[in-house]
Amino acid sequence: MSAAGSVREQALPAGWELVVGLEVHVELSTATKLFCGCANRFGDEPNTNVCPVCLGLPGSLPVANASAVESAMSLGRALGCEVRGAVFARKNYFYPDMPKDYQISQYDQPTNIDGRLELPDGRTVGIERAHIEEDTGKTTHIGGGGRIHDADHALVDYNRAGVPLVEIVSRPDIRTAEEARAFVRELRAILLAVGASDARMEEGSMRVDANVSVRPAGSDELRTRCEIKNLSSLRSLGRAIAYEAQRHVGLWSGGERPRQETRHWDEANGRTTPGRSKEDADDYRYFQDPDLVPLSPTPEVVAAIDAALPPLPAARRAALIEDCGAELSAVDAAVLVERDQDALVRAAVAAGAPPALTATRVCNDLAVEDWSKVTPQLLAELMAMESAGQVTATQAKQLMAEMADSGEAPAAIAERRGFKAMATDDLDTILQRVIADNGDAWDRYCAGDENERKKLAGFLTGQVMRATRGQADGSAVNRLLQEKVDRN
Amino acid sequence: MSSRITRDEAAHVARLARLRFSDDELDELAAQLSAVLDHAADVEALDVTDIEATSHPHPLVNVTRPDELRPSLDRNEVLSQAPSVDDGQFRVPPILGETP
Repeated sequence: MSAAGSVREQALPAGWELVVGLEVHVELSTATKLFCGCANRFGDEPNTNVCPVCLGLPGSLPVANASAVESAMSLGRALGCEVRGAVFARKNYFYPDMPKDYQISQYDQPTNIDGRLELPDGRTVGIERAHIEEDTGKTTHIGGGGRIHDADHALVDYNRAGVPLVEIVSRPDIRTAEEARAFVRELRAILLAVGASDARMEEGSMRVDANVSVRPAGSDELRTRCEIKNLSSLRSLGRAIAYEAQRHVGLWSGGERPRQETRHWDEANGRTTPGRSKEDADDYRYFQDPDLVPLSPTPEVVAAIDAALPPLPAARRAALIEDCGAELSAVDAAVLVERDQDALVRAAVAAGAPPALTATRVCNDLAVEDWSKVTPQLLAELMAMESAGQVTATQAKQLMAEMADSGEAPAAIAERRGFKAMATDDLDTILQRVIADNGDAWDRYCAGDENERKKLAGFLTGQVMRATRGQADGSAVNRLLQEKVDRN
Repeated sequence: MSSRITRDEAAHVARLARLRFSDDELDELAAQLSAVLDHAADVEALDVTDIEATSHPHPLVNVTRPDELRPSLDRNEVLSQAPSVDDGQFRVPPILGETP
């Protein structure tokens, strides 16, 4: 996403504030469905993973999947939730995607409540609940160009019916479209870390709905919200929130008010269109499913889940910044953790690599695709060579690429390729000549203010680079220039 | 005693359950549903301070099964029960409205 794009997205007219809460459905990566032993597998032939339980045949009885329950609780703990006793409830509605005519979910007593998710920039978004429920089947509308209302008939595949889901409901704490995306990215990282889900938006194993409203900046009221569905990418999520917020501001400003309803994001036309008016929860006639007994995790069970939790992204970022120092920006730390490179950087630092330089180089190196051959020792050696001025930054970059390719020691590659940074004495000689040839620039450099100096330092360094055909270390040239001015 | 459920409310619940009733039937059902709610209100009025809540008639919790695959049904057998089938899937009439 471009910086310009996110600025445009966030620009609400002055005096207005965006209020967003997200509802995220994630499919759990279990072997079987939530209440039966049918395979939880994407992409199989339609209706091959079905049985009396997930087809809702009379007399069949659901039994909860232990792994799904444990996964949901791990996710809850990773989100800082209280994991509590819970009961399954029936959400009643008629639609062919659920053959039972109800979906088993959790209603007034969900497994996880009251958590929080920390974004890479340090802001916190509250988590209201994260409950367990079953997925629905997949309907395909046939005829009428695929449009629901013009369809001739529909086909139903129940392979997905009964697949375990966790629905994570955030509090309306999100204030910009970019923050909504950061929330989803962070949630995905947590899901991957705890192994609860593969969380692929494009395959539908992670589905995001956004509740959007606006209010006068500075107030804490919650105005009428619209729930936007059909968001299949982070890009859609950001665009849809931005569009919807502008629509609400337009309505309020014109003396109208939005209707509380579900709306669909139309990616092609970049707008939301009205869906059904939001039903009351009462209309679903929730009641406890008499076929299922409550879940009642003991403190020991919760303690065991806590003990088994892997280091989470927020903790990994904090540890990385701790090891590398405040010079490492929060953004770079987030990138390194997201790319799973924090362990490499921390191990290299432990092996003696200069922390800030190492983190920056690994973070900014887009040329290397496969880092598997870059061991912490090799990385530490290369970073030590660069920071000691034995090779220039440009040379270090080439060494990194070759090292990643071959796994060879950087010193050996540098030797073979004749890489070395120019010795300071040689550099000094060349710099003196450049100064002599550009006396005017040098005088202005000595007399100039900070801005002027910066500009002329760039020019003089460029001249040195030209004279050395790029063998000089730019930062060393800068250092020498500074020394000369100080002596003047 | 005033009725707790109006005819309109009875009609609304009937619609949610996809049931059709005549007005006379709705009046009768409204009265019956009201009686059920009256009974619930009677229970609600009891002092249950010292009685532990039961959320299920069975004294059981945490009944789970291991996450192990079990055979699914044969697709032809499953689809043989359906009124209409197409391309290995259940064929249903066009659906008005969206998934809830």
